[in-house]
Amino acid sequence: MSDEARGGKSAAPPAAPGAPRAAEEPKASARRHARWGMVIDLGRCTACQGCVTACHQENNVPPSNPELAAERRSIRWIDLMPVMEGEYPHVRLSILPVTCMQCEKPPCIKVCPVGATFLSEEEGIVGQVYSRCIGCRYCTNACPYTVRQFNWFDPNLPATYRDGANPDVSLRYKGVVEKCTFCNHRLQKARDAAAAAGRELLPGEYTPACVEACPTRAMVFGDLADPESEVSNLARSKRAFRLMEDLGTEPKIYYLREGVRE
Amino acid sequence: MPRPTDPLGPDMALVKPILASDPRFWIAVGVLCAGILLGAVAYTTQLRKGLGVTGLNRPAYWGIYIINFVFFIGISHAGTLISAILRLARAEWRRAITRSAEVITVMVILFGVISVIFDLGRPDRAAFIVTHGRLQSPLLWDVCSITVYFTVSSIYLYLPLIPDIAILRDQTNRRKWLYRILALGWQGTEKQYRWLERAIGVLMVVVIPIAISVHTVVSFVFAMTVQPGWHAAIFGPYFVVGAIYSGIAALIIAMVIIRWAYRLEGYLKEIHFNYLGVLLLVMTLLWFYFTFAEYLTTWYGAEPVQMRVWWSKVSGDFAPQFWTMVACCLVIPFAILCRRKTRTVRWMTVASVAVTIGMWLERFVIVVPTVVNPRLPIDRGVYHPTWVEWSMLLGCFSFFILLYLLFTRFFPIVSIWEIQEGRMNGREEVMERLDSYLPNSPAAEPLPAAKPAASQTAEGAS
Repeated sequence: MSDEARGGKSAAPPAAPGAPRAAEEPKASARRHARWGMVIDLGRCTACQGCVTACHQENNVPPSNPELAAERRSIRWIDLMPVMEGEYPHVRLSILPVTCMQCEKPPCIKVCPVGATFLSEEEGIVGQVYSRCIGCRYCTNACPYTVRQFNWFDPNLPATYRDGANPDVSLRYKGVVEKCTFCNHRLQKARDAAAAAGRELLPGEYTPACVEACPTRAMVFGDLADPESEVSNLARSKRAFRLMEDLGTEPKIYYLREGVRE
Repeated sequence: MPRPTDPLGPDMALVKPILASDPRFWIAVGVLCAGILLGAVAYTTQLRKGLGVTGLNRPAYWGIYIINFVFFIGISHAGTLISAILRLARAEWRRAITRSAEVITVMVILFGVISVIFDLGRPDRAAFIVTHGRLQSPLLWDVCSITVYFTVSSIYLYLPLIPDIAILRDQTNRRKWLYRILALGWQGTEKQYRWLERAIGVLMVVVIPIAISVHTVVSFVFAMTVQPGWHAAIFGPYFVVGAIYSGIAALIIAMVIIRWAYRLEGYLKEIHFNYLGVLLLVMTLLWFYFTFAEYLTTWYGAEPVQMRVWWSKVSGDFAPQFWTMVACCLVIPFAILCRRKTRTVRWMTVASVAVTIGMWLERFVIVVPTVVNPRLPIDRGVYHPTWVEWSMLLGCFSFFILLYLLFTRFFPIVSIWEIQEGRMNGREEVMERLDSYLPNSPAAEPLPAAKPAASQTAEGAS
C-alpha cells in the first residue's frame, strides 16, 4: 500500500504538500480524509454466510429464490467465491467472501457516462447514485471483479422484509445498478452521533453490517489511512494480499492467506 | 461544360418508383409493419417488466442489444464512406451506386443509436447522457462522434439530392409542394453547380476521418476496459475494417433488391457488382488478416484469463457461432469472390448475405464470450437470448428496410443528374485525365497540384 502517496493526498490543508503519512496528526481528525478498508482473515472465515445474511438485512437486498438463482439474477452485495487449487487428490479449497473491492482506482467509475458512481474524496468509498443511474451496465462490465449488481426486475421484497426494511437505506427499483456501499449510512449515523456529542468519530464506531455479524471476527474494518489502526496493521502483514493486484485497481479489501504463519 | 438540363428522357425509369404505384410496395409495407409491431410488443414488455425479460443475467450484462448497436453502426459505414472514397478516387462507375449507399448510412445509424436506448435499464433517463454526460466515458465519445457522423452524412446525402429534387419539382406532378421546399430554389445554373460540387468536394474529404472515428470509438467501448478479449489495441482498426466489410455487403444486398424491384438492370449493371465484388474480396482478406492477428497473438501469449475466453470461442460454448462466423466471413465469400466467373449478381448476393450474417456473429463472438467469462470465477455465465431480443432485432431490421423503401418512393435511388452528367461529360473527362497521365500527350499542361477535392472542382468549372 502506498501510504506515502495517500498521506500526501489526504493531508489536511495546512500541512505541507507531500507531508508524510498522517501518523503525527491527531487521530481521526474531522479534516483528515479516511480510507475505509477491510481485512478478511481466511484462516478464521468459516464460510458461514452470516455476512451475506446480515448484508441482505441491513441493505434491503431482496432475498433470492430458486427461479432467480437459476436465471443468475440473484443480487448479492457480498458473495462467497470458492477457489479450488491443485489437482485431485491434492486439492485445496478456499472460500473467499467477495464484495465491492472499494478500489482506490476504480475502473467502473471511469466508464460511467453520467456520473452515477463516484469515489468519495473524504472516505474513499465507491458510491452509487440510484437516481442518476441509466442502467447501461457499462460499470458492471468494466469491473474486473464482477461485483456490481443489476436490478433486472423490480425487487420482489417479501412483505415481512418490506415491513422490516432498514429505513436508512433506500429501496432500489428495476433498471439500476447497485453494489456494496460499505454500509455508508452507518458512517453518516456514527458521525452525526459523534458530532452531537461534540467529539470526533472514534475508531470502531463505524462498522459495516457484515463485519459486525462475523462470528469468528474474520473481518476487520477500519481506516487504512490511520497507520495505527488494526486494519492497517493487518493489511501490512505478510499474509495479506488483494485480488488481482496486477490490474492496478488498488482494492481496499485485503485478504489474509490461510494456513500460513505470520 | 454542359450541364444536365434535358428532360428526363432515357432516365424515366429512375423516377418511375416515385410516380407509379405498385402493389408489391404495399405488400412489403404490410410485412415490414408486422415486424415492427412485433418489436414494439417486445419492447413494451421489456419496459413494463424490466430487462429481466431478456436473456441477460449476471455476468452476461450485455447481449443482443449491444451486438446490434455495433452491427448497425458498422453497416452505416457502407454508405458515406464508400461513396466518399469512390468520389475521391473519381471512379466513374460510382454514379449509379453512391445514392443507395448514402441512404443506408443515414437510415441505419438511427437503429444503432436506438439499440443502445433499448439496452438501458432506465431509458427514461437517456437524456442524462447529454445533461449529465461525462466525457471520460467512452460511451460519451460514441455519442459525440455518432452525432457528428449522422449530421455530416445527412448533409452529404442531401446535397447531391438537390438537383434531383429540382428535376422532380419541374418535371413531375406528384408532391410538388414538398419538392419545391426541398429543392431550395435550385435552378441548375453554372454557379449553383459550382457551389454544389465544391460542397460535395469538402464533405467527401471531411466525412472519411469522421467515419473512421465512429467505429474506432465504438470499439473503444470494449477496448478501454481491462476485460479479457476486449482490452486490445487492435480493436479500433479491426472494428473499422469489419464495419466497412459488413457495410459493402449490405450495400450489395440493397442494390440487388433495388435492381430487381425497380427493374434498374440498365443502371446497376453486372460490372458494378463485379467491381464491388473485388472491393468485398479485399475486405474479406483484410478482415481475415485482422482476425488472424488478433487470435494468434492471444493464443501465443497464452495468458490464462485470455485463453479461457479464447477456448470458449474456438472449441467451447461459442464454437458454433465462431465457426459459422469463419465460414460466413471467410470461406464462403472468398470462394465466391476470388473468381471472376462467380462474381455475378446471383453469387454476390449469396456472398453478401453470408457476410452480413457472419459479421453479426462476429460481434456476438466479441461481446458475449468475454462477458460470460469474467476474470473472477465468482460467476461464470451463460447467455440465451429470449424472444424479446430476437423480436427487437427483427423490428429494427423491418423498420430500417421500411425507411429505406419509403426513401425510394420519395426520391430517386439512383442519382439522375450524376448519371446525366456522366453521360454528357464523363467520357471527355476521363479521356482528358488519361491524357494527362500519359507521357508526351497533347494535354501535357500540368493540372493544379494533386489536391483531389480542389482539382475536381476546377475540372468541373472548366
